[in-house]
Amino acid sequence: MNLRGLYTLFEKEVLRFLKVVVQTLLTPVATALLYLVIFGEVLAEHLEMYPGVGYGAFLVPGLVAMTLIQNAFANSSSSLIQSKMTGNLIFLLVAPISPLEFYLAFVAAAVVRGLMVGAGVWLVALAFVDLPLHSPALVLAFAVLGAAVLGGLGVIAGVWADKFEQLAAFQNFVVLPLSFLSGVFYSVHALPSPWDRLSWLNPFFYMIDGFRYGFLGVSDAPPLLSLGVSLAFLAAVSVVCLRMLAMGYKIRQ
Amino acid sequence: MAEAIRVEGLHKRYATVHALRGVDLAVARGEFFGLLGPNGAGKTTLIGILAGLVRPTAGRAAVMGHDVRRRWRQARRALGLVPQELVYDPFFTVREILWLQSGYFGLGRANRAWIEELLEVLNLTAKADANLHDLSGGMKRRVLIAQALVHRPPVVVLDEPTAGVDVELRQALWHFTRRLHAEGHTIVLTTHYLEEAEALCGRIAILHQGMLRALDTKAGLLARHPWRCLCLELDPPGAPLPEAVAALVSEREGGRVKLRLHRLNDQIGAVLDALRTAGLRIRDLRTEEPGLEEVFLELVHEAPAGEAAAAEREAG
Ligand SMILES: Nc1ncnc2c1ncn2[C@@H]1O[C@H](COP(=O)(O)OP(=O)(O)O)[C@@H](O)[C@H]1O
Ligand SMILES: [Mg+2]
Repeated sequence: MNLRGLYTLFEKEVLRFLKVVVQTLLTPVATALLYLVIFGEVLAEHLEMYPGVGYGAFLVPGLVAMTLIQNAFANSSSSLIQSKMTGNLIFLLVAPISPLEFYLAFVAAAVVRGLMVGAGVWLVALAFVDLPLHSPALVLAFAVLGAAVLGGLGVIAGVWADKFEQLAAFQNFVVLPLSFLSGVFYSVHALPSPWDRLSWLNPFFYMIDGFRYGFLGVSDAPPLLSLGVSLAFLAAVSVVCLRMLAMGYKIRQ
Repeated sequence: MAEAIRVEGLHKRYATVHALRGVDLAVARGEFFGLLGPNGAGKTTLIGILAGLVRPTAGRAAVMGHDVRRRWRQARRALGLVPQELVYDPFFTVREILWLQSGYFGLGRANRAWIEELLEVLNLTAKADANLHDLSGGMKRRVLIAQALVHRPPVVVLDEPTAGVDVELRQALWHFTRRLHAEGHTIVLTTHYLEEAEALCGRIAILHQGMLRALDTKAGLLARHPWRCLCLELDPPGAPLPEAVAALVSEREGGRVKLRLHRLNDQIGAVLDALRTAGLRIRDLRTEEPGLEEVFLELVHEAPAGEAAAAEREAG
């Protein structure tokens, strides 16, 4: 293992987003708060997702999770496509860094970005909403898992895409629908058939549902099932991603 | 001891292009090696394979005895690549970029003194904290060189480092690569400037359409070129030339005649005898050896220069 190489790449990926914090941290937090204000205020009085849980308390964990995974995805995917398009990816490709080291560094940086944005949304939301914290360990576990899965998907998308438009398509047609349809704004039990049952096929649903359980202590799916599905999803994404990197797919001609 | 570079039966096919068609090549340690060829010859592809950027379709390549596929970590540590394009990461300063590159190679703080030395030697100290965005093309080129050297690779490959740079920077780059060579680095320089290869390189390989057309020292390549020029000044100026000599004329202007002689088939003595027999006086005589330019053109053009010249003679 080239541990220092791995760490340096991780450090570079973190420094990269820290150099543009307005875009990478502040804007996503502000966007999430906008959702909170609109949906939370409008719907607060009418909805109670779980007995005794107000809509605000239900919504905030969902928004935190959604912002967290979208930013984890954005971090690795946009960094890779930029490096590919400007050509500076070669500096990484000529270095003695293995596919695994490459993958771990990008995913770890995506997790850091996801956690920072997620924590930002959570902290600011606390000013508006009374939010319990049932199990900090589970919250952290699902946060890291969700960010890692999306960080890995971001590497896949960044390696695959040749243009920004393709990356945007991946984001708009895969990441956004799956995260919106995973119970960010509602409990899937509230959906009409067959959407309620289809949600159970969406891996994003388990990541967000488990994350929410960490805060509220109640959820749609049993938390252990969510944990298992999320871990399996991470394993699948990692295998695909590592295969692509080992083949040099699109990045080594 | 293994060679600095060894390449055997190397093929590379892109989707539609057969860019390398069986290249065999060895570069000894300590050589200053020139890889010469027109655009599209396959130089960058060959270098890409050595650096691990391009995967060969067939064949093998090794750097300092390390196979680039099986012992890729060692092979990459042994090679420093200065890429052809002026690529950079716009997020970082010069110094940050060098620190990062050094870290990718597993080197820590202990290497920072070397990085400062590189900045110094390459005249980058004043710009060390500037963003790459704000640097001139020449400066960016020097950052690329520093980046290639952060891990002190024994083999340094420069892919057309002087393409499109001004005279001053070209001189500086020549000076610097000579210095690296003198310090013991093996240097591989690709270029399509003949004068550059002539000035710097010990051995020169000529690549064309994915094939190695020649591989020799400069003197060896020149000796291989079978033509030389015999420039004469004859008296009387307008007199007709004997038939055997007239067939060799490449240029004629009054009494000044330029003959193109084949090294083996045309003997200078015989030409002079024929002229004297025809009653012409030779007032001046000079021979011209070919430059690499001629050798290169001959190897690279489909029709050998001799045939082309013959065709011209017939047409004229
Ligand atoms: N990534 C690529 N995809 C397809 N064809 C390529 C690619 N890179 C190079 N080629 C082609 O391979 C040939 C050799 O190119 P290259 O190695 O860049 O030559 P040189 O560096 O000598 O100019 C050219 O015909 C070029 O168009
Ligand atoms: Mg080239």
